[in-house]
Amino acid sequence: MKGSVTRSFATARRVLRQLRHDPRTVGLMIIVPCVLETLLRLIYTHRRQAFDQAGAPLLAIFPLMSVFLVTSIALLRERISGTLERLLTTPLGRHELLAGYAIAFGLLATAQAVIVSALTLGPLGLRVRGPSELVVVLAIAVALLGMGLGLLASAFARSEFQVVQFLPATVLPQLLLCGLLVARQRMPAALYGISDALPMSYAVDGMHHLTSKVSADGAILGDIAIVLAFAVGSLVLGAATVKRRTS
Amino acid sequence: MSEPEPKWTVAVPAVSARDVSVRRGEIQALRHVSFEVPPGRLTGLLGPSGSGKSTLIRAIAGVQAAVEGRLTVLGFEPGRAGLRRWLGYMAQSSSVYEDLTVLENLRYFAEIRGAQLGGLLERVGLREQTHQLVRRLSGGQRARVSLAIALLGSPRLLLLDEPTVGLDPLLRRELWRLFGELAGEGATLLISSHVMEEARHCEDLLLLRDGRLLAQLTPDELVAQTSTTDMDEAFVRLIERA
Repeated sequence: MKGSVTRSFATARRVLRQLRHDPRTVGLMIIVPCVLETLLRLIYTHRRQAFDQAGAPLLAIFPLMSVFLVTSIALLRERISGTLERLLTTPLGRHELLAGYAIAFGLLATAQAVIVSALTLGPLGLRVRGPSELVVVLAIAVALLGMGLGLLASAFARSEFQVVQFLPATVLPQLLLCGLLVARQRMPAALYGISDALPMSYAVDGMHHLTSKVSADGAILGDIAIVLAFAVGSLVLGAATVKRRTS
Repeated sequence: MSEPEPKWTVAVPAVSARDVSVRRGEIQALRHVSFEVPPGRLTGLLGPSGSGKSTLIRAIAGVQAAVEGRLTVLGFEPGRAGLRRWLGYMAQSSSVYEDLTVLENLRYFAEIRGAQLGGLLERVGLREQTHQLVRRLSGGQRARVSLAIALLGSPRLLLLDEPTVGLDPLLRRELWRLFGELAGEGATLLISSHVMEEARHCEDLLLLRDGRLLAQLTPDELVAQTSTTDMDEAFVRLIERA
């Protein structure tokens, strides 16, 4: 058990060290969401309500995209370079490896969420009626979801060209259906049903619950729980794609 | 965790293969291979590229799918958790993190193996590159980072897939000396190479061709049986006789 924890944290430190050697990626992950939220605020200069409506869901979408991309490419590199195969010949277990990744990317998503929501809720003046810590909690849940989906994508891609195409393939349909453009209740019944089965819908619902006047903490926690359940599900599926024996 | 722990003893062969075959897609990579690797010796796995050397090493390391026949390491199925701490594996691709320094790579693998670095970087001649990013190293230097990782924690069974390929002759000689030292310290080494000349450095030889085991013998026996000291020629004569 102790060895298991040691190996997971060693892996998390290794992943974070790799990111430290790549400050541009980390910088982009933090700065791009800040710029986009600022841009949104400027677009809606005279429509504060609209900014509240659109700005909050974006806070949940950034960690999904960022963590999806870094996970899918990091895992694809491990598969292609042979480091994954080598790790699987050592005492490191598959679940310890993934726990290490989850710790590292969870921390990264936390940093991103804290900085971006500090800017958005502070100087940009996004009005959140629920507890603002929950914005960060939801962002971490979404980040873990992004990791699970990225892990799955890396298993079905043979190259970095392919793996980045999985981002629009998996995230954009969810973006269209999550209620950001049209409220989910006003969609055709079939699409509403599909949106009910997609994790992003609950992330965005959660953010809407945080900004709406009739804020209900219970509903937000429910949304967070559903996003976490999807995250765990995708991580379990993703873990099954990390095979010790390959041809 | 009450499964029996693999024990390292001289009584059990380090690796035992009985009628082992591996199919990789359309290719029959190994065909009914049988042999035993004695413990504490330096065994060379020689054969041209495409002869099945890497597939065999991967099967012993426990990462090759679709292995048929009976293959055991210390009497156990390859790849099981209790065996992995005894094993040091170096693949043909360098399998190191390019975006980390040499030291960061070694530290990570040392942590997950619960091993000390000791004087490993000196032993593979990479002291000056300690803090360099692997991405900036030459191919030969990367191979040595990979070798150093395989040597972490003094594994009892070392599986090294073409560890000397592309290295300059002086370094190659030093590495073979190092492999000899490790065998002297009690480790079992299985080292693959497509350069027949390297057979001279080994105590035992496994000769592979087209996924078949041509022969298992010592370098002296090879010379005696083929009446030539030219290792390439000896290999050719063995093939012709088979």
